Amino acid sequence: MSDEQRLSVFKTYKLYVGGKFPRSESGRVYEVTARTSAAEAAGKGKWLANAPQSSRKDARDAVVAARKAFGGWSGATAYNRGQVLYRVAEMLEGRREQFVREVADAEGLSKSKAAAVVDAAIDRWVWYAGWTDKIAQVIGGANPVAGPFFNLSSPEPTGVVAVLAPQESSFLGLVSVVAPVIATGNTAVVVASEKAPLPALSLGEVLATSDVPGGVVNILSGRTAEIAAPLAAHQDVNAIDLAGADETLAKELEIAAADNLKRVLRPQAVDYFRTPDTDRMTAFLETKTVWHPTGSLGASGSSY
Amino acid sequence: MASVFEYAPAPESRSVVDIAPSYGLFIDGEFVEAADGKVFKTVSPSTEEVLSEVAQAGAEDVERAVKAARKAFGKWSALPGSERAKYLFRIARIIQERSRELAVLETLDNGKPIKETRDADLPLVAAHFFYYAGWADKLDHAGFGADPKPLGVAGQVIPWNFPLLMLAWKIAPALATGNTVVLKPAETTPLSALFFADICRQAGLPKGVVNILPGYGDAGAALVAHPDVNKVAFTGSTAVGKEIARTVAGTRKKLTLELGGKGANIVFDDAPIDQAVEGIVTGIFFNQGQVCCAGSRLLVQESVQDELLDSLKRRLSTLRLGDPLDKNTDIGAINSAEQLARITALTERGEAEGAERWSPACELPSSGYWFAPTLFTNVTQAHTIARDEIFGPVLSVLTFRTPDEAVAKANNTQYGLSAGIWTEKGSRILAVANKLRAGVVWSNTFNKFDPTSPFGGYKESGFGREGGRHGLEAYLDV
Repeated sequence: MSDEQRLSVFKTYKLYVGGKFPRSESGRVYEVTARTSAAEAAGKGKWLANAPQSSRKDARDAVVAARKAFGGWSGATAYNRGQVLYRVAEMLEGRREQFVREVADAEGLSKSKAAAVVDAAIDRWVWYAGWTDKIAQVIGGANPVAGPFFNLSSPEPTGVVAVLAPQESSFLGLVSVVAPVIATGNTAVVVASEKAPLPALSLGEVLATSDVPGGVVNILSGRTAEIAAPLAAHQDVNAIDLAGADETLAKELEIAAADNLKRVLRPQAVDYFRTPDTDRMTAFLETKTVWHPTGSLGASGSSY
Repeated sequence: MASVFEYAPAPESRSVVDIAPSYGLFIDGEFVEAADGKVFKTVSPSTEEVLSEVAQAGAEDVERAVKAARKAFGKWSALPGSERAKYLFRIARIIQERSRELAVLETLDNGKPIKETRDADLPLVAAHFFYYAGWADKLDHAGFGADPKPLGVAGQVIPWNFPLLMLAWKIAPALATGNTVVLKPAETTPLSALFFADICRQAGLPKGVVNILPGYGDAGAALVAHPDVNKVAFTGSTAVGKEIARTVAGTRKKLTLELGGKGANIVFDDAPIDQAVEGIVTGIFFNQGQVCCAGSRLLVQESVQDELLDSLKRRLSTLRLGDPLDKNTDIGAINSAEQLARITALTERGEAEGAERWSPACELPSSGYWFAPTLFTNVTQAHTIARDEIFGPVLSVLTFRTPDEAVAKANNTQYGLSAGIWTEKGSRILAVANKLRAGVVWSNTFNKFDPTSPFGGYKESGFGREGGRHGLEAYLDV
C-alpha cells in the first residue's frame, strides 16, 4: 500500500496540566489553521487541528497544579534541574522532524527555516540546563557587612509564574520564555500562542517524557486575553511574563497584577535567535539575605 | 514591677541644631516657595511643639522639579563615574561631620530616641553614601554587562520612620549610577531631607541633580504619575504600593517597592533565652515598632513559652519610655497622632477578638503621641493583630510545636519582608531559613542593616532590592 492510499491518523491536541493531558473542562475547541502567505491572502489556511479553548477554570486548575509542584521543583538540587532541562533537549532532538513540520505549518516557514528554529530551541534548553547551578553564584554571594556577621544573599524562585508565550514565535519564542522560568525552580502556567498553539501543545508531550515533574510546566491553548485575565488577577500567582500580550492587554494585565504585587515582565522586542541574557531568569528570582553572628574565638583563638 | 534604678535626665543638647522658622522646596539648587504658596507645619511628636513651617509641594512644583532634574541629567550622567563618586564621597563625609546635628534634628522631627538616631540612623546614612560612592566608577564590573546606562529622572517617595536613612537608600544608588532625583519626604518628617539639600549645596553638587519636594500624598502621586519620570522608587504601605504599581502599569517606568511586613521571630526551645529576649525587644521595639521589617509576630516553641514570656515581661519592665532626646530613653514617641490612632484601633481590635493584652507599668508623658510597649498572648493566626501590620510597639505572641509548624505559621501572611530564627542548632537555622519566604532572615540576631546587604521583600512586601550590588539594578537600564 502506498503512502497516498493510507489515511493518516490525526492527533487530538490536548492541554498539559499537572502532568496529565486533559481537554478543556469547558469542552470548547477552536480551529487552528496553517499559516502560509497564500493562506493569509485567501483569508484562511489549511485546517490543522482543533485545539482546546481553555476557560478560566482551566487556568485556575493549572495554577493549583503549578503551586503543588513548586515545593518539590524549587527544592530539587540545581544539578538535578539542569539534568532534567537537558533531558528535554534530548527528547526534542528525537522528535525534531515532528517539530520542524509543526513549526513550518504554524509560522508559515520553509522546511529549512523551520529546522533552524527547532535547532535553536533545542540548543536553548541546553543553554538553560547549564545555568541552573551557576546563576546563584553569579547573582548571589557573601556581603562584607561592617560587623561580626556572616551575611549571604542567595536567589530563590519567585513561585508560580504565568507566562504568556510570544504570539509570533510559537516554538523558539515559547522555549525562550519557559526555560528560564523553570531553570531557577519556578513553576509555570503557560498560555500558548493563540493562533499557533500546536508546537506548544506538542512540547507538553516532550516535557511529560523528560523527567519534568507533573505541574512544573502547564500549557494552555485558547484565547490569550480570556486565559490571561484570571491568571493576572489570581492571588496564588506570584509573577507574570507578558511577552505574548499586545500593548492594551499588557496594561490591563499589569493593573490586575498589582493587586497582589506580582512581579511583571513587560513585553519587549526580542530577537529569539540571539543568545539570551540572564534577565529572563532574574526577573523571576527573589533575593534572600541571611545574617548570622560569626562569634569570636577571643583571646584564646589562634592567630594563625 | 518597681523600677530598680532611677536615672537622672541626660538630655542631648538641642543647641547643636538650628531649625529655621520656615523652609522652601529645594528645586534646581534653590530653596523656593510652593507655586500655590501653600505651607504646612511640622511638629515634634514628643511635645507637639511646632518645629518649622515648610512649603508644601503641589503638581506644579512636581513639574518644575522634574524639569530641573531632566535638565541636569545630561551633564550628570555624562560625568566620568570617578567624578560622580567624588561628589558622593563628599556628601558621605559632610554627613559624618554633621551627624550629631542631624541626629538631634531627626529625633526632634521624628520622635525616635537619640540613642537610635545617633548610633544607628546616622552612621548607616553616611555608610550608605560612602558605599555607593565607590560603585560609581565600577559599574562595568557590577555584573550588568559593560557600560550599563542610567534610567534618567528618578521619582522617589519615602516614609517617616527612617527619614534620612530612607533618603540615603534612595539617593545614593540613584546618583552613583548617573540618574537625577526628585524626592518627596513624608509630610510628618520633612526636615532632615531639607538639611540634606544644604549638604548637597556644601558638597557643590550640580544644580538640579537632587530636588526635594516636601509635601503630602498628592505630591507623591503626581511625581509617580509624571510622564517624564523614568524610575519610581517607593517605600511605604502596601496599599499605596499597589496603587503606584497600577499607576505605572503600561509605561516604561522601572519600579521598585519596599512595603509592609509582618515579620515572624521564631524562638526554638534550645535558644539562649536571654539573647532571644534581647532580639525580640530589638525586633519589635526598635523605633517604637515603626519598622517595616519589625519582628511583630513572636513564634515561640510551646515548651519554653512560659519561661520566655516571664523573661520578656521582666525585660519590658526595664524599658525607659520618654523624652527622645534623653540618652537613656529606649522608647520614644509615636510619629504622629494619625499613627497613634491606628495603633490604638488595632490593639483595641486585638482585645475585642479575644487576645490577652499586657503592658509594663509605664507612665506616658502628658503631651505628645505615646504608646506603651504592648504584648498580646493567646493570639491565633486568624486574629487581626496577627495578620495586619500594626507599625507600632505591639508584639503578638503565637506558639508552635514543631519546626514545620513554625515555618508554616511564619509563611502564613501576605507579606514576606523579614524573619528571625533563634536556636543553637546550626542545621536547623539553615533549614528553616531556607523555607522562610522572606527577603531578610536574621538568625540569632535581629534588625541588623548594612549598605552592602541587599534588603527587600517577597510577596506583598514589594519587589526590588536596596543595598549592595543588587541595589544598583533598580537604577540601571538593565
